[in-house]
Parts: sequence; C-alpha cells; structure tokens
Amino acid sequence: MSYDVMQQNKDKHFLNTEALKRRMKLRIILDKVAKGIFILSTLFSLLILGVLIYRVWNQSVGWLNLRFLKSNLSIFPEKAGIHGPILGTLWLMAIVAPVTVILGVATAIYLEEYATKGKFQSFIKTNISNLAGVPSVIFGLLGLTVFGRLLKLGSSILAGGLTMSLLVLPIVIVASQEALKAVPGFLKDASYALGATKWTTIKTVILPTALPGIMTGSILALSRAIGETAPLVVLGIPTLILRIPDGIMSDFTALPIQIYYWTLDAVLRPEYANLAAATIIVLLFMLFIMNSIAILIRNKYQKRY
Amino acid sequence: MISQNTNKDEAKRIIYSVNNLNLWYGKDQALKNLNFTIEENDVTAIIGPSGCGKSTFIKTLNRMIEIIPNVKTSGEIIYNDRNIFDSAFGVEELRTRVGMVFQKPNPFPKSIFENVVYGPKIHGIRNKKKLMEIAEVSLRNSALWDEVKDRLNSNAYGLSGGQQQRLCIARALAMEPEVLLMDEPTSALDPIATAKIEELIMELKKDYTIVIVTHSMQQAARISDKTAFFLMGELIELDKTKTIFTTPRDKRTEDYITGRFG
Ligand SMILES: Nc1ncnc2c1ncn2[C@@H]1O[C@H](COP(=O)(O)OP(=O)(O)OP(=O)(O)O)[C@@H](O)[C@H]1O
Ligand SMILES: [Mg+2]
Repeated sequence: MSYDVMQQNKDKHFLNTEALKRRMKLRIILDKVAKGIFILSTLFSLLILGVLIYRVWNQSVGWLNLRFLKSNLSIFPEKAGIHGPILGTLWLMAIVAPVTVILGVATAIYLEEYATKGKFQSFIKTNISNLAGVPSVIFGLLGLTVFGRLLKLGSSILAGGLTMSLLVLPIVIVASQEALKAVPGFLKDASYALGATKWTTIKTVILPTALPGIMTGSILALSRAIGETAPLVVLGIPTLILRIPDGIMSDFTALPIQIYYWTLDAVLRPEYANLAAATIIVLLFMLFIMNSIAILIRNKYQKRY
Repeated sequence: MISQNTNKDEAKRIIYSVNNLNLWYGKDQALKNLNFTIEENDVTAIIGPSGCGKSTFIKTLNRMIEIIPNVKTSGEIIYNDRNIFDSAFGVEELRTRVGMVFQKPNPFPKSIFENVVYGPKIHGIRNKKKLMEIAEVSLRNSALWDEVKDRLNSNAYGLSGGQQQRLCIARALAMEPEVLLMDEPTSALDPIATAKIEELIMELKKDYTIVIVTHSMQQAARISDKTAFFLMGELIELDKTKTIFTTPRDKRTEDYITGRFG
C-alpha cells in the first residue's frame, strides 16, 4: 500500500455513526419487547396456577379440618375422611424412596464411574432417558403384569410401590448421573494420587460431593410418584378400603386415587367435589413440603470448590 | 542425541530409572524413547516448551496417566528395582510411595484437618490421636501449621491459593512418600506465595526426592539440582542444573534457555 492510500484510509470512517446509532436504538427496543414477552409468559402460568388453587381452596373451605384428616371413608360426605389414603400414600413412599434411591444411585454410579465409555454405555444411557418419557399408564400395565399377576402381589402396597418405583427410577438415575458428572475431575485426581482405589474415591469424595444433587433429584422424583394416579388405577387399587393398611402386603388406597374417584362421583352427590378439593389441598401441601425440603438441601449442602 | 551425565564421583542411589519409554494418546505419540534417571534427594526440574510432554511424563511416574482412556505405553520405568508397569506392582501401592501435587490447588471440599489426614485415613489409620499427630507434622513440614492451627476444622476453600497449595503438599506428605511429583505447582500463585513454596521445596529436598515441572527458567535454576530439557516428546538433555544453564551440550537446549527458541 502506498503512503497516499494509507493517508486516504485514515481520514475515511468505515462505520457510519448515524446508522450505527439508529440500529442500536432498534436493538434496545427489541430487547425490551423480548423481556416483556418472557414476563408475560411467566405471569400467564402463575395466573393459571393462582386460579386453580383459589377454586380448589374455595371448594374445600369448611370440609378440610382435623376430623377430615382423621376419619375413614364413609358414604355420608359429612363423615368421610382421608385417614386411609394418607397412610396409603405414606406407605407408598416408604417403598418407593429406598427402592429408587438404592437402585437409581447404584445404576448411575455404574454408568458414570465403572462402565467403559463406548457404544454399549451410551445405548443404555439413551434408553434410560427414553424411559423417563414413557407414559405412566404403560408402567401401570407393566406393574400389573409383573408384580400384580406374575409375582401374585395383587394390588398390595408392595405391588403399587414397586410399580411407582419403576416409573420414577429413570428420573432418579438421570438426576444422579448429572450430579456425579458435575463432580470435578481434579477432586478425583487428588484422591487417586494418594493411592485410593476407585471404590474408596467414590465413597469418600464423589458421593459426598454429588449428594445434594442426588437427594434433590430423588425427592422431586418421589413427589412425582405420590401425585401419579394412572398406574395405580391400572393396577386396580380400590378406593373402598375400610381397613387401615398395616403392612406392605395390605390392600391400600392413595390420595390421588381418592381424588380421582370422588371427582367421578361428584355427579351423584355434589358434596364429593368438596371432599376431592379438600384432598387436593392435602396432597398439594405434601408436595409443597417435599419440594421445600429439596430446595433446602440444595442450598444448605451444596459444596464450595 | 541424548546427552546424559552420570555422575561417577557422587554415587547417589537411583530412585527412578526410565528405559526406552514411549507413550501414545490413541495414535499420537507424546513421549519418544525416553531414558532418564532420577537420584535420591535431588530436585529434578523438567523444562521445555508447551506441549512437549512434561505433564505426560511426570504423570507416568505414578501412573496417573492411565486415568486418561486410550493411553498406551511401552518400555519400562524401574522404581527402586521394580518395574512400575508390572502387574504385581499395584498402582495404589505406587501412589502411596510417590506423592503428587497438581498445577491448580485441589483440596477436597472438607475441613483442613480432613484434607491432610485423607491419605492415612483411607489406608486404615483410625486412631484420632495418631491422625492429629500426622496432621501437625505434615502441616509443619509444609510450613502451614502456624497459619491454620487455630482453624483446622474450617473448610479448606477458605484458604488463599498459596495456602491451599501448601495444604495439598501437606496432604501428600501425610502419606510419608519417598518421591514428590509437582506439575507447575506455582503457576497459579503470586510471587510471594511462589517464593514460599520454593523455600519449602528447598527444605523438603533433605527428606524427599522431588521432580518438578516448571515453565520458569529462573525457578528451575533457583531450586533444582538436575534439569531435563524436553522437546516434542523427546528428552534432549539431562544434566546438572548448573551445566544446563551455563554450558549445555545441545544447541536446542541453549536456544531454549537463552530465549532464542521458535
Ligand atoms: N488427554 C490427552 N489426550 C490426547 N492428547 C493429549 C492429552 N494430554 C496431552 N496430550 C498431548 O500430548 C502432548 C504433550 O502434552 P503435555 O500436557 O504432556 O504437555 P506439557 O509439556 O505438559 O505442556 P504444558 O507446558 O502446556 O503444560 C501434547 O501434544 C498434547 O496435545
Ligand atoms: Mg503441563
């Protein structure tokens, strides 16, 4: 380049400042529009949720009291209560929690830490993720065939619990895998460099670091399990249980089932709708408590590194 | 091509003797026909341009390299008369004898005390009093005791970067190793923290054999007895540090240390 050309270029502005300012203004407006759209979407979901809770709450007022929680099923709406379904749901959790956590975490540890990375491993991983998306009715059918009929567990708490465990197992596995994957390699290196075996490293470094993530995932999975209706309906879990469940082989009923049948029966007696609403509030309250615990665990035990 | 000076005058015990070591990451060869000896109570510095295989080599000495998939080796590394690649020589045993300090301080998200006694604990020492003794000795030896003795139970991530690195050294010392491998242990630290670690290394060499990778020529000159110059996976020259920095035999070594490289 000659000296002249260089001088010329020096005087010439490549960027037109006016056009630049105009385009900038446009982008700032666009930014505000985007923000508005996102806020509106959030408000929309919040509004729907608000309306839902408001209506259910209104219907349940006067019905939701201590007597309702403590008494058992009755054909007289004024006397009916959900003592049985509450116990049934608690029993269900007592099966689902240990089964899914033990199986789920063990599977995740195998897939993340032991399995050699390759086609087989990624094939399994993909299929577990796919399982998480299978409709819950299908799991109900599987439970009916395997646990209900083949293993002759009928519609007991054990059959229901195992079916629900299958349903949420993929969620626990995937959540645990993510938590294990998030454990930084430099922590594992530190342990191996001190002569630790793989299992020692998993026990003393990897699991403690991943635990908050694993527990959060498990609790969220559990709250999904106690809200599910379809698999239990397919299993043939009755609603007319007058006996309080006292062991894993007892017949039982659960909160979502109770809600389902009372809602169906509301055409016979309008008061049943109120009973269903009161039960919904109880179930929502349980879910709320569980999700709060999950958040607390995440905030409290999250490791700093 | 490889010039090596075996000192007949001062017969030190040979800790490591590397013979015809080759290493591949998949198909890419990262170490080429290395021959290397490391003598007792020496500080051996490894220098060379980025990507020449320094980290790869030092991680081979305690077989940490095998954590990376698809790594293949050939040749032998004799550590105290035994080939570390022998199946009879477990990696766990090797790593309790050969400690490692990493480039980035990597304490566990646990208390300072728990960090130091991690090694002894996983190898079966349960006695609280014994563990406390080990912690104190290791922290004293890593020149950290005075700074942390009042907060042994607080989280290690509350320490400064330099303190964290000395904690990692204490953690390695708690296993009472024979050799300490250090991969650029000061590259993430400020000059004052670096000076402290260098001082510490000078102290530790009385009791340990140290291999240190460094990018700082000055550091190598200050603290090491022997210096090895690596280039593209090959050992170009290994000699007394003084010789390397004053009268290197290989032209490429001279070019590198005088900054005329590349
Ligand atoms: N995990 C890996 N997979 C494949 N190739 C690798 C891997 N780690 C290192 N390499 C290659 O091996 C060669 C040596 O790398 P190495 O990390 O040992 O170099 P280095 O001398 O430590 O460099 P630096 O000074 O930058 O730390 C490089 O060419 C690098 O690309
Ligand atoms: Mg390196």
